[in-house]
Amino acid sequence: MSDAAPIAPRRVAGSVQRMAAVFRRELSGYFVTPVAYVFIVIFLLVTGLFTFSRDLGGFFERGQADLRPFFVFHPWLYLFLIPAVSMRLWAEERRQGTIELLMTLPIPLWAAIVGKFLAAWAFVAIALVLTSPLWVTVNYLGDPDNGVIFAGYIGSLLMAGAYLAIGSCVSALTRNQVIAFIITVVVCFAFLLPGFGPVTALLSAWAPPRLVEAAASFSFLARFESVAKGVLDLRDMVYFASVIALFLFGTAAAIEGKKAA
Amino acid sequence: MIDIRALSKRFGSLVAVDGVSFTVQRGEVLGFLGPNGAGKSTTMKMVTGFLAPSAGTAVVCGHDVVQEPLAVKERIGYLPEGAPAYPDMTPASFLGFVGAVRGLRGAALQRRIDELVSTVHLEGVMRQPIDTLSKGYKRRVGLAAAILHDPEVLIMDEPTDGLDPNQKHEVRQLIREMSPHKAIVLSTHILEEVEAVCTRAVIIARGRIVADGTPAELQARSRTHNAVRIAVRIASPGMTVGVRQELARLRYVDTVEPCASSADSAAFVVRPKPGRAVLPEVAQCVRAKGWAVEELRTDEGRLDEVFREITTGHASKGGAK
Repeated sequence: MSDAAPIAPRRVAGSVQRMAAVFRRELSGYFVTPVAYVFIVIFLLVTGLFTFSRDLGGFFERGQADLRPFFVFHPWLYLFLIPAVSMRLWAEERRQGTIELLMTLPIPLWAAIVGKFLAAWAFVAIALVLTSPLWVTVNYLGDPDNGVIFAGYIGSLLMAGAYLAIGSCVSALTRNQVIAFIITVVVCFAFLLPGFGPVTALLSAWAPPRLVEAAASFSFLARFESVAKGVLDLRDMVYFASVIALFLFGTAAAIEGKKAA
Repeated sequence: MIDIRALSKRFGSLVAVDGVSFTVQRGEVLGFLGPNGAGKSTTMKMVTGFLAPSAGTAVVCGHDVVQEPLAVKERIGYLPEGAPAYPDMTPASFLGFVGAVRGLRGAALQRRIDELVSTVHLEGVMRQPIDTLSKGYKRRVGLAAAILHDPEVLIMDEPTDGLDPNQKHEVRQLIREMSPHKAIVLSTHILEEVEAVCTRAVIIARGRIVADGTPAELQARSRTHNAVRIAVRIASPGMTVGVRQELARLRYVDTVEPCASSADSAAFVVRPKPGRAVLPEVAQCVRAKGWAVEELRTDEGRLDEVFREITTGHASKGGAK
């Protein structure tokens, strides 16, 4: 660099702009490798399979113009697909050593965490949008309540956000993606169980009904149930938003903890 | 510009950095030396805000890294050890990302990137995934990212590690060119690098600073500093012993050691007493005796010798502050 080289005009970028830079880098990162395409293809195949299968969704057999057979399996689908998206969020940064680069750039920690989280969320949103042929199909075959379907999509996206936030937090704790994947599946599974029919039945055998109900109310499954029916309850939205906030704070705590270690 | 104050870092019971303090001014290139595991990288990671200090702090351009980490990060350019970069990105997109975070955009960013491409010679690889680049190119990408915002303070952890001699030369050239306007700290264990680019050297061992001075000052601490190497043609078989005795008798001479020589000559290293020079005495003796001298030169002292003595705890002399 010559001494006379003009210094490019520099201005202090706002934190939001820096977050946007992280978001863009992260989101484009999904698409430079085959991972994104593999994920989207698997997501579409499996949702299609579950929705149209005679034994599972029974889309045609029900003879109803709605997407309930599509949404009802999302909690279970996400259990394995979302951790596959979230596992690399921080574990990969640590393994590649790029976390040292990221954390020494002038990006506030929250902006890095939220930027990465939003990128993963946007990626899942893209996969969800690609299921829209289903929506076109029901509209062709019948006369569905599109408000209900829209509510279902919003609810599904919110739930995906909750899964992703859990995955983000777990990913921040390890440098191994496989471990991040497995632990995320286990933690997410724990968030499903209390509302899972066989488990609630087992619980109600000895626990007071109120406790069973309270436990179930913390379950993604119970929360998503009403959403899948098309009821977008504010309480459910607040619940998923709280889970997201809680685990993003957890992510920050995990990263700060490693910094001080 | 950089003021490191009693910086310490403990990992459990291990004290990695133990009360390190020094300052670096604009125009200085400080070589940070030490054996592997001495605490060089840990110190740099604390100054750049990647690790939180257990005690002490660093003030960069008037901003405390513990209190105002963002202000410090805005002013520092940092090349971490191994020059990590996102492997799936191309240098173009990677530098674009770093520039966006640094608040550069549009035409200004593009102009700056174009400038850097020719500065660190990235022509031809800008559209290749970083993953596929050679070590030398990766290092240059990291360096470009570190100096993209033309920082006042530049911190580099082993910037030339793993580069070939030509690449090393280029990087050193670049550092020299930038040095008048910046405060630069670079860690290395290549001592020739310190002699080549650094205006000052700090040696650290087991988390503590054990030496701080200009490379010349540190060289002066070498046992061979100002020692005279002399080779004399041997006329008769007994002459070798005679020459040695004559040399040992000279003023200020501490020791005379024989060293490797050819069949018809005798070579010695004449070490002076501390703080003395023996070359005039030796030269006078040569004239008086009429020896046929084949070689006569003064040793500047060897930095690697000083380094070894200091860092293994066998320092022979006092400090060169």
